[in-house]
Amino acid sequence: MTPSNTRSVLLGTLLSALWLMLSGHWNVRLLLLGLLSVVVTVWMARRMGIDDAEGLPVQQLPRLIAYLPWLARAVVASNIDVARCVVTPSLPIEPVTVRVHADQKTAVGRVVYANSITLTPGTITLEVEENSIEVHALTGEGARDLCTNEMGRRVTACEAL
Amino acid sequence: MIDIVSIASAIFLLVGSVFTLIGSIGIVRMPDVFTRLHAAGITDTLGAAGVLLGLALQAGFSLLLVKLLLMLVFLLLLNPTACHALARAALHGLRRPWMGLTHHD
Repeated sequence: MTPSNTRSVLLGTLLSALWLMLSGHWNVRLLLLGLLSVVVTVWMARRMGIDDAEGLPVQQLPRLIAYLPWLARAVVASNIDVARCVVTPSLPIEPVTVRVHADQKTAVGRVVYANSITLTPGTITLEVEENSIEVHALTGEGARDLCTNEMGRRVTACEAL
Repeated sequence: MIDIVSIASAIFLLVGSVFTLIGSIGIVRMPDVFTRLHAAGITDTLGAAGVLLGLALQAGFSLLLVKLLLMLVFLLLLNPTACHALARAALHGLRRPWMGLTHHD
């Protein structure tokens, strides 16, 4: 099978699993309707050319899942930091914008990095450029954490080209 | 009937509610659109995750559990995207980020 066909089969399998989990119906007529909608969706995805490495990043997926526990811990830690700022009566914030280096090679990698930054409370991606990301940080501390580039390195490791 | 799962579920729901409340207070307290987005981020992440995981624990192994977890996945994918779109729109709408009451020129 060509890579494109393999990807379509995988997309169809994922969509079928999603359909089954969301519907919970197992009678033949509804299953056929589900199959029809999966086939039409895969056909449209192929026609639009969005079933490529960007739309379905198969190779990176296991590494991205392995990255999630670290991200979850970072998100919880920064949640507590920002929550502490909010409940402190003096509102100790010092917003800054910084430009951080983003050495991810693929668009998927850059999007994952930019979204990880935004998902972490206290830092928001303002602009994504070729090899840098402009970030708005709630505190100088948040900006400094980002400048250590630990998150960036972990996302780059997910790309594994 | 009080068991471990109910207690864990209650703790998750409580944590989620508290962080949602703190996020809401933050939206009111923060000075401009960008800093308010940071506060909204608390509601989007720990708030939503706490409430949804608390409900997932009560759902048991069922289709409902799958749906709750899917909701969480989609929330965590879509919220940062929407948040970035808002921040970018604000920046392009020439909103200058609030940099504190004292200027460091």
